[in-house]
Amino acid sequence: MMLGFADARLIDPEAGTDRRGTLLVAGGRIAAVDGPLPGEATVIDCAGKCLAPGLVDVGVQVGEPGARHKESFRSAGLAAAAGGVTTLVTRPDTDPPIDSPEVLEFVTRRARAETPVNIRPMAALTKGRAGREMTEMGFLLDAGAVAFTDADRVVSDTRVLTRAMSYARGLGALILGHPQEPGLSRGACATSGKFASLKGLPGVAPMAERIGFDRDMGLVEMTGARWHADQITCARTLPALERAKANGLDVTAGVSIHHLTLNEFDVGDYRTFFKVTPPLRAEADRVAVVEAVAAGLIDIICSMHTPQDEESKRLPFEEAAPGAVGLETLLPAALRLYHAGALSLPQLFRAMALNPARRFGLPAGRLSPGAPADLVLFDPATPSVLDRFTLRSKSKNTPFDGARLQGRVLATWVAGVPVHGETAVAAAGG
Amino acid sequence: MALRARHLLGIEPLAPDEITALLDLAERHAGRNRGGEKHTALLAGLTQINMFFEPSTRTQASFELAGKRLGADVMNMSVAQSSVKKGETLIDTALTLNAMHPDLLVVRHPASGAVDLLAEKVACAVLNAGDGRHEHPTQALLDALTIRRAKGRLHRLTVAICGDIAHSRVARSNLILLNRMENRVRLVGPPTLMPAGVGELGCEVTDDMREGLAGADVVMMLRLQKERMDGGFIPSEREYYHRYGLDAEKLLHAKPDAIVMHPGPMNRGVEIDGTLADDIRHSVIQQQVEMGVAVRMAAMEMLTASLRAARAG
Repeated sequence: MMLGFADARLIDPEAGTDRRGTLLVAGGRIAAVDGPLPGEATVIDCAGKCLAPGLVDVGVQVGEPGARHKESFRSAGLAAAAGGVTTLVTRPDTDPPIDSPEVLEFVTRRARAETPVNIRPMAALTKGRAGREMTEMGFLLDAGAVAFTDADRVVSDTRVLTRAMSYARGLGALILGHPQEPGLSRGACATSGKFASLKGLPGVAPMAERIGFDRDMGLVEMTGARWHADQITCARTLPALERAKANGLDVTAGVSIHHLTLNEFDVGDYRTFFKVTPPLRAEADRVAVVEAVAAGLIDIICSMHTPQDEESKRLPFEEAAPGAVGLETLLPAALRLYHAGALSLPQLFRAMALNPARRFGLPAGRLSPGAPADLVLFDPATPSVLDRFTLRSKSKNTPFDGARLQGRVLATWVAGVPVHGETAVAAAGG
Repeated sequence: MALRARHLLGIEPLAPDEITALLDLAERHAGRNRGGEKHTALLAGLTQINMFFEPSTRTQASFELAGKRLGADVMNMSVAQSSVKKGETLIDTALTLNAMHPDLLVVRHPASGAVDLLAEKVACAVLNAGDGRHEHPTQALLDALTIRRAKGRLHRLTVAICGDIAHSRVARSNLILLNRMENRVRLVGPPTLMPAGVGELGCEVTDDMREGLAGADVVMMLRLQKERMDGGFIPSEREYYHRYGLDAEKLLHAKPDAIVMHPGPMNRGVEIDGTLADDIRHSVIQQQVEMGVAVRMAAMEMLTASLRAARAG
């Protein structure tokens, strides 16, 4: 079956273009761009709305196994489809953690049965995420792991980490690190500074991120491992990242949408939905990190989707669980950066689709013939006020509750199959 | 005059005229407290619950006495020993209490912001008796009243707040109040006990006692919060006393008529010299305790006035 998109505003992150055109899908793949749409194709009239590669979201937490009441593969899949996210790269910080091929197979099986979108799991770097022994990386790679990480737990024993990195290098595996000096960040729930001091919250200095990053760069240089920083959130870390890339290390970096669109003051009167890891930063850091994304220094924007139930959040700020859901708000929140003139749409989709797909070895993220037809159709202009109870995620812990957002996902396709939305389907002439 | 907010969660939301009104009212209560007939019926028929999630003797006693002198029915709950140990959340505890229809809830909690959270869930007026490292508004008010009585004014004074600023809610509330009333505030303490970015809050910061005390009208010492220290903030108590403990020699750098304050309980020989603490030429520490009851009476009277007005309206 062939599917044609007429009168679309094509956002092509690979070519860096944003222009009117047509797109033809056949056999679940993109068959042609800008060609005539054949008569037998079902044609969707996009009416000038944006058609882009579906988002590839790196670092999504799903509650399976262990916390299905917070998020199941089914609810995560529905949320992703509604948010225009066509591939989830999931985190292994589940309970138990995804640290053996058996658990990974369980996850893959559940994901395949329950979700309409692509799931690419990451596996733990060390057994039990305990930072002592490396996992069976070879078996895990064979079972489909796309990267290895202990998520927000830093492997503080450098000998263990060095060996894991060396072993991973032998396998050509990607490691996802969490740049943070755990001694400095222990017990902290805010960024140290005027705000944390006034609110009486234990803070961590931004330098803790730089120190963690510098240590990891030393080990990357020593072992030659392929390495990706899950989140770079401070201006102080950026020169070190630039240096690492200039020195030819195989290093990339990500940042969460929350650190790009919110700052520490948003916590206000101890609003726990704004408690994330690492904590929200000063406005100067936010601006610097946005600029780093625009310059291509930071490669990937992700949602760091972390579902938490009401009970985990209805606590004093220090005791509340960190994390925010983000699958459904990733694109509308990212469009704030577009509307503010900080990033173009091709730049946004480079950071949210093309770059993550490339880095994690996936064929998605492109609008070129041969690429999978994972697509999102959206209107960047439609305004809305978010009501968190309309989210499809089982957990409603979004910092954007009540926020004015501009941009709405109209429809999503995975391998040419519609997984979200209703679109006007018009028969092509003849 | 009533307070604009339903609760007293901190000094931060208070306007200067509200602070002045609270202190004026407290002044009247202080006068009555010194007389023979201490009891009034201003809060008669109202229920006050003191809920302390953190052990406290002095503050709890002060609130209890304040409520009783105003004629309220006062109940003390030491939650530190009860349901929290059974896994009940703060919100459930709040809802349980709310169902008993109190009119005033006095709350102390070890986590910053916990009292704000609780206040959202109850129908009565909430009075913050100290939340984590955040605020302790009645302490700052009683300090302000003590200063005003000793100095005759509460503006254009140089106040040095000394010691463990980082872990102190007393320091935060005092800093906000004294700034709001247009005083010059200095924070003095070792860098390890000084919170980050505090210099941006409109005060001078120094780690030298002599420099910090120079020309001060008021020297406010803080308790070295031993129970809060994760360890390693200072090398030893004796070195701390040597560099930061207030003694007669260091006090010479302040104005000759400077007053010495301490929120209590004191560690004599750690942050303050025992003889100096008892020296009535400088020390107003006992007056602070006295003003504590008066200020709490004033705060409760004004909160319940707002509550009654809201219920009538």
